[in-house]
Amino acid sequence: MNSNKKILVIEDEATLQKALNEVLSKDGYEVVSSLDGLKGLELAQKESPDLILLDIILPKMDGFEVLKRIKENDKTSEIPVIILTNLSNIDDIQKALDLGATTYLVKADFHLEDVLKKIKKVLDI
Amino acid sequence: MLKDFFRKIDFGFEECREFKLGVWQCPGFLFVIMGVINISSMVGIYVIASKYDSPELIVVSVSVVSLLIFVIGSSIIRGVEQIIMVNRIKSEFVSIVSHQLKAPLSGMRWASDVLASNRIGELNGKQEEYLKDIQESTSRMIRLINDLLDVSRIESGKMEINFQDIDLKEIITIVVKELNSFAMANNVKLIIDANREVSRVKTDPIRIKMVIQNFVDNAIKYTTSEKGVVKVFLENRNGNVYCSVEDNGLGISKTEQARIFDKFFRGNGIVKKQTIGTGLGLYIAKAAIESSKGKIGFKSEKKKGSTFWFTLPVVED
Repeated sequence: MNSNKKILVIEDEATLQKALNEVLSKDGYEVVSSLDGLKGLELAQKESPDLILLDIILPKMDGFEVLKRIKENDKTSEIPVIILTNLSNIDDIQKALDLGATTYLVKADFHLEDVLKKIKKVLDI
Repeated sequence: MLKDFFRKIDFGFEECREFKLGVWQCPGFLFVIMGVINISSMVGIYVIASKYDSPELIVVSVSVVSLLIFVIGSSIIRGVEQIIMVNRIKSEFVSIVSHQLKAPLSGMRWASDVLASNRIGELNGKQEEYLKDIQESTSRMIRLINDLLDVSRIESGKMEINFQDIDLKEIITIVVKELNSFAMANNVKLIIDANREVSRVKTDPIRIKMVIQNFVDNAIKYTTSEKGVVKVFLENRNGNVYCSVEDNGLGISKTEQARIFDKFFRGNGIVKKQTIGTGLGLYIAKAAIESSKGKIGFKSEKKKGSTFWFTLPVVED
């Protein structure tokens, strides 16, 4: 049902990435993923995904910078970005939303199913 | 009388010991020394002044004493700065550790979510049961870390409040619905007396929900099962919205009453021993209510029950 939707996962925590990839592909999404910010940004431009899941604390380039560059580039600026992080300070949340993130989820506070629901909502399916 | 007076004077020796400050760095001790020097030098100068007719000598002694007091005074300031710094490092430490712990914990939560979702194969009943145990423990740990983060934010004066105009009735309905099965499992009847119209209040919806949850959760935990009743009450009262949670449980002893809003305090008479709390709920609740300009309190009588309440000012139109 979700076969034509492509999701880019930028997450450096291997366990989390594995779990996300597992359920997303089982649910019929096409998944591309990166363990660091720099490669994630490249993939965002090359693959033009329908949605990006983005962590904040990442090697090579942090999530704020990745988000900023995604939103600055005309080719990728329309792609919705869901921030998935464990930073829960209000300043970080505000910064991400100001930079153009669609929504902000604190990983530890959400079950995987809730994340999937958010993804569906953002993709409007 | 005098004993009481001296007991009340706090020189901060405890803090010095806690923060491993030496005697000569401890502000309280230095303060006492300074006082002693001050008094004895005044007496000394008086003696000198009455014995010798020499203004130079008096100028010199006053200067020496002033210099000494200046030196001690600056050590006191350094000691105080050190105590403040150690305290800040303590708060930052909690915050960093908590964030670091959240990463592996979210890994545990999501990995077990994958298993529980049956997406990679069906589990049998026993497996499901153990998986639930893992998930319950993980949730408990995440709750504890979130509470600790809140405490470190409260202590560093950085409690984050997302103010919104809200209707408490809606939140109470949700909380009661969520905790109904917990109440039933403990043979406690959960009643809502909150149907009258109330004004809207300005507070953080997530935090106020946690406060009400905490009240109801505590009321159930500390109520014995026979004829246990917990009542949630809501009304407009003197320009405020008043919400209370009343139980007919164990009540709180006078000694415990004094410490009920303290960090990490947990009552003795907990009924359901296996229910693990952190002892941080009421401490955080108090900070949350007070930051919304509200008041929080309780009344309780041993063996008769307790009523916890809070008020929040009505939003002016």
